[in-house]
Amino acid sequence: MGKILEVKNLTVHIKTHKGVVQAVRGVDFYLNEQETLAVVGESGSGKSITMKGVMGILPKNGKVVDGSVMFQGNDLTKYSERQMQQVRGSEIAMIFQDPMTSLNPTMKVGKQIEEMLKEHRKEMSKADRKARAIELLSLVGISNPEARYDQYPHQLSGGMRQRVVIAIALACDPKVLIADEPTTALDVTIQAQILDLMRDLQKKIKTSIIIITHNLGVVANIADRVAVMYGGKLVETGDVADIFHNPCHEYTKGLLRSIPKAHEKGGELQAIPGTPPDLMEPPVGCPFAARCKETMIVCQKYMPDYTDCGKNHKSACWMLDEMAQEVNSDEK
Amino acid sequence: MDKSKIDRSMYQKAKVEASEKEHIAAPASTMLADAWIRLKKNKAAVVALFILIGIILLAIFAPIFSKYSFRDTDYNNVYGLPSAAHIFGADQFGRDLWVRTWMGTRISLMIALVAAILDLVVGVLYGAVSALFGGKVDAVMQRIIEVLVGIPSLIIVILFLMAFPAGVGTIIAALSITGWVNMARLVRAEILKLKNQEFVLASQVLGTSKFNIIMKDLIPNTVSVIVINVMFTIPSAIFTEAFLSFIGIGLAEPQASLGVLINGGYQVLRMYPHVLIFPAIVIVLIMVCFSILGDGLRDALDPQMRK
Amino acid sequence: MHSNRKGDVMLKYVLKRLGYILVTLWVIVTCTFFMMKNLPGTPFDAERFSIMTPQQQERVLEMYGLNDSLPMQYVKYIKNMLKGDLGTSFTYVNQDVSKVITGRLGPSALIGIQAVLIGLAIGLILGILAAWKHNSGIDYFTMILAVLGVSVPNFVAAALLQYYIGLKWGALPVGFWTGWNCSVLPSIALSFSATAMVARFMRTEMLDVLDQDYIVTARAKGLSQMKVLMRHAVRNSILPVVTILGPIVVNLMTGSLAVENIFSIPGIGSLFVDCIKANDYPVIMGITIFYAAFYMLIVLLVDLAYSLIDPRIRLAKGKES
Repeated sequence: MGKILEVKNLTVHIKTHKGVVQAVRGVDFYLNEQETLAVVGESGSGKSITMKGVMGILPKNGKVVDGSVMFQGNDLTKYSERQMQQVRGSEIAMIFQDPMTSLNPTMKVGKQIEEMLKEHRKEMSKADRKARAIELLSLVGISNPEARYDQYPHQLSGGMRQRVVIAIALACDPKVLIADEPTTALDVTIQAQILDLMRDLQKKIKTSIIIITHNLGVVANIADRVAVMYGGKLVETGDVADIFHNPCHEYTKGLLRSIPKAHEKGGELQAIPGTPPDLMEPPVGCPFAARCKETMIVCQKYMPDYTDCGKNHKSACWMLDEMAQEVNSDEK
Repeated sequence: MDKSKIDRSMYQKAKVEASEKEHIAAPASTMLADAWIRLKKNKAAVVALFILIGIILLAIFAPIFSKYSFRDTDYNNVYGLPSAAHIFGADQFGRDLWVRTWMGTRISLMIALVAAILDLVVGVLYGAVSALFGGKVDAVMQRIIEVLVGIPSLIIVILFLMAFPAGVGTIIAALSITGWVNMARLVRAEILKLKNQEFVLASQVLGTSKFNIIMKDLIPNTVSVIVINVMFTIPSAIFTEAFLSFIGIGLAEPQASLGVLINGGYQVLRMYPHVLIFPAIVIVLIMVCFSILGDGLRDALDPQMRK
Repeated sequence: MHSNRKGDVMLKYVLKRLGYILVTLWVIVTCTFFMMKNLPGTPFDAERFSIMTPQQQERVLEMYGLNDSLPMQYVKYIKNMLKGDLGTSFTYVNQDVSKVITGRLGPSALIGIQAVLIGLAIGLILGILAAWKHNSGIDYFTMILAVLGVSVPNFVAAALLQYYIGLKWGALPVGFWTGWNCSVLPSIALSFSATAMVARFMRTEMLDVLDQDYIVTARAKGLSQMKVLMRHAVRNSILPVVTILGPIVVNLMTGSLAVENIFSIPGIGSLFVDCIKANDYPVIMGITIFYAAFYMLIVLLVDLAYSLIDPRIRLAKGKES
């Protein structure tokens, strides 16, 4: 299994009228073929912006200022807008958070799927495109696809709309599918259905998936590997089992503690006190230092390096540093 | 990384200030103070505000401190060009246009202001009663409004002016007879929207009296809608008054409103453009400034913009 | 079956709205009728009337329907109105009011339609460009134009256009209505506020649409900027522009009163102003009814058109939901 996508030192700045937000500050990760990578973190941690940077669809005031995005041997950050347009949708497709707003309200859903084919499968005839659109609708589990083809988004339920969004994304059999919180806006029962659908489709069309979420349940359900982001930085990556059973970074530990556990009734929910750092003036040290239980002086002054804490498992935390462990054991 | 700078002592637990954990971007402030701060950042709106204040001061004091009166004629200076003595020149009777222009501005502004206040009072009351009582009262009141909005308001104004003798009072009455409808609709819509929001529900659940809910929850939250609407009513009233005087059914000589002056200037535009230009510039300035200030206020007061 | 039911809802809605329009018209007719009757002034000057013989006076009064009791006159007026007869003009001797009005329709319609078309064309282009290049030179230009367009009174704009372009520069005819080229300057003068309203509305609407998630979806599909703009952004923001046609029409009606006077155009607007000055009550009433009916029909048409072109709007449930 080779790496299909490898992101190195990705740095994204967003200009606002108040100043420059350093939304993504040097993020490295990779995606293996047919693998599902979950990117986890709270709102404002830079997850979505990272992915929009990969896709080249940052808002007008956003810009990739450093780093590379290697996709099948080419650096996408060096691509022209025109070249990127050919990659977007056909090679790397994206699913968005809110199906209520991510479909064009005045265009029939069939047309919205066909638009993708028209752009990237120029050889297809009109009839072919329609046949393919209907095929896609039934592939994502929409019953009576011929009738749905001619409907507008407001005539569909939220779950169905998200299926349409998935159908659009899969229209050209993309090699990479980026799903930005695909289940957050849906009812809990529908969430499970959509996740099942994504897993089935991944097997069918052999795509690799990056799923952005802040829901650890979703991670456990679908992911092979996990990347945890905090304050515009990647703080820990590893296989899903390692992250859940042996978290290394204090933030990841806090995140796991905050999941309600069904068998521990009556216990208090453990929140992580505080709010994420202001990325207009990001902290010089570890971004989590201000909220961490174990903060040391060094944490506030220097950003930690990545330390291996298992196979495929890395974390950026001063607690993993040899010296920290020494000091700790001395004190005990 | 260069670890040479890091020594053992740095691995001591650090104290984290509580304030560092909770980043609160700005101290809490009231809606109006907030709006004022935002308005001050809008340069165009601030400039517009200063120009308006300047125009209002001139309208009040220029006629008082001039040695001419708006009705003094001087047949030696008929259509006199702008000069040191007569800054804006003189009209067909040799009357000083500097004084007449500011006198006209004073009358136009006064008409607009009174009309706007009447709109405000009637519109807010009507809208609030309609929204708060609901049911049949609301239904009847809305039918009345629906009939009124069906008629282009200028027609009502013109018919009204025909029925009553021309004068400042008639114009004000004519302007207010249709002007309040818009305010009433906006206020009603806003209150209906607020009434169903959680914070009003919360007040009700907590046992707040109806009167207090109206005074503390509903009215403060409709203020922005009202203020913004007033800012657009005033220029539109100034326009309507000038328009009526221009087509010859508003105020008449020797009274000077901006419309009367522009009408007089238009008659002699080919020969003496200065008679038209000065009142035209003043009215355009007033309208532009109110428009920009209104936009600025809307941006500043819009609760959705509050972050 | 489904579309049939939709048709029924539509028909019911149109009938209800037409009912409202009739009630409103009736209120207007009644109010203006009694108001006019109480106004000073008769169709003919008092001096000539007083030297007539009683028989002559009788005949003249009967001709204008003035010898009946007031309620009788009212009933007659309504009856005649339903037949399309709005009475006889005072100033245009022996002419039916309806004929006087219809005779003046052409020029007003011409400059009105031209003004709307100019306003839409320039307003839409400026609005789209301004939103697309948000905070750029063209955006500021559009905003300044929009503020000026609604702030410079149309009679001032018309007077200046007539003076500078018509007279000083001599580019286009002003003064006498001799044909189409006389309609150019008045149409331009009338179009300023429409242009400003459209440009401003389109810009706001489009900025809003450009912020929507489905624009990001369209970009993620790999569409070119132009396609995203034209197929998704413009399409969705241009539809609501239909809704400001009502206010624009009112604006043009108002504007035409002054503009037609300034350019001496034989249209409804100048007729209205002339008749107001001449106390020609039957014509004033006729035009009042005409304006009100026209405006309300336009608003109804706009609502219907909007519900047809925008799939999200369903009439029966109200458009605000």
